[in-house]
Amino acid sequence: MIPLSWFLILSAVLFLIGVLGFFVKRNIIALLLSVEIMLNAVNLTFVAFSSRNGQISGQVFVFFVLVVAAAEAAVGLALVIAMFRNRETLNVDRSNLLKW
Amino acid sequence: MIEVMFFFFAALAIGAAINVVVQKHVLYSALSLIVLLIAMSGLFILLQADFLAVINVIVYAGAIMVLFVFVIMLLNLPQDEDGADRLRWLKFLGVPMGLFLLFMILSTIWGARTVDGVEPRLVGSPEAIGRSLFTDFMLPFEVTSLLILIALMGAVVFAKKEL
Repeated sequence: MIPLSWFLILSAVLFLIGVLGFFVKRNIIALLLSVEIMLNAVNLTFVAFSSRNGQISGQVFVFFVLVVAAAEAAVGLALVIAMFRNRETLNVDRSNLLKW
Repeated sequence: MIEVMFFFFAALAIGAAINVVVQKHVLYSALSLIVLLIAMSGLFILLQADFLAVINVIVYAGAIMVLFVFVIMLLNLPQDEDGADRLRWLKFLGVPMGLFLLFMILSTIWGARTVDGVEPRLVGSPEAIGRSLFTDFMLPFEVTSLLILIALMGAVVFAKKEL
């Protein structure tokens, strides 16, 4: 049987990659994709604990995370379209109107 | 055998995730994220969460990623200007900060007591999830429908040309 810690370490590494992507990338769609990586890493943690503890709650939580990810993608991509229409770019550094 | 499968899916997931970040064009990033999701489903099956594995492929890789790819193709992006002119130094700050975060998480994992002693039970069946969803999680389930409705309206309002 695979130790639980292996799954947790894998999840931590995936989360780290997502965070790094969020720091490094400038394209707003790439930022959204990085958020999806982080959500998946957390999902893996939920499922690993749920299956090892024999409790279903963690998997139901993953279900809700999926729903929130879908809503986030829909609203986020609508915002991306609006941003592209107004600024002709997806670079987050170019949308600095509120920055002093 | 099962360890080999774990390492296969783990390597696939990490490789795909790195590819998402490294890739210059977002379309390739999105396609690489689909590979990551499929590897995730494999890991879910190793954890006996069959229903979630299937749902992950259908909803995430099937619906959400199609939305991403659709928007990327709709916008017809130029070949990634790779702006970041002023904030290029963020890369040199971001990587050490991220590694520090990884160190924090891993030290927490190693510091925790292990729960491997528990005998695993088959909990991931659709029946068990459905039963839990409609008894213990009834209220969150209903509130979720409200969330989706609001997201739907918000997406329409944001993407409209003029209100």
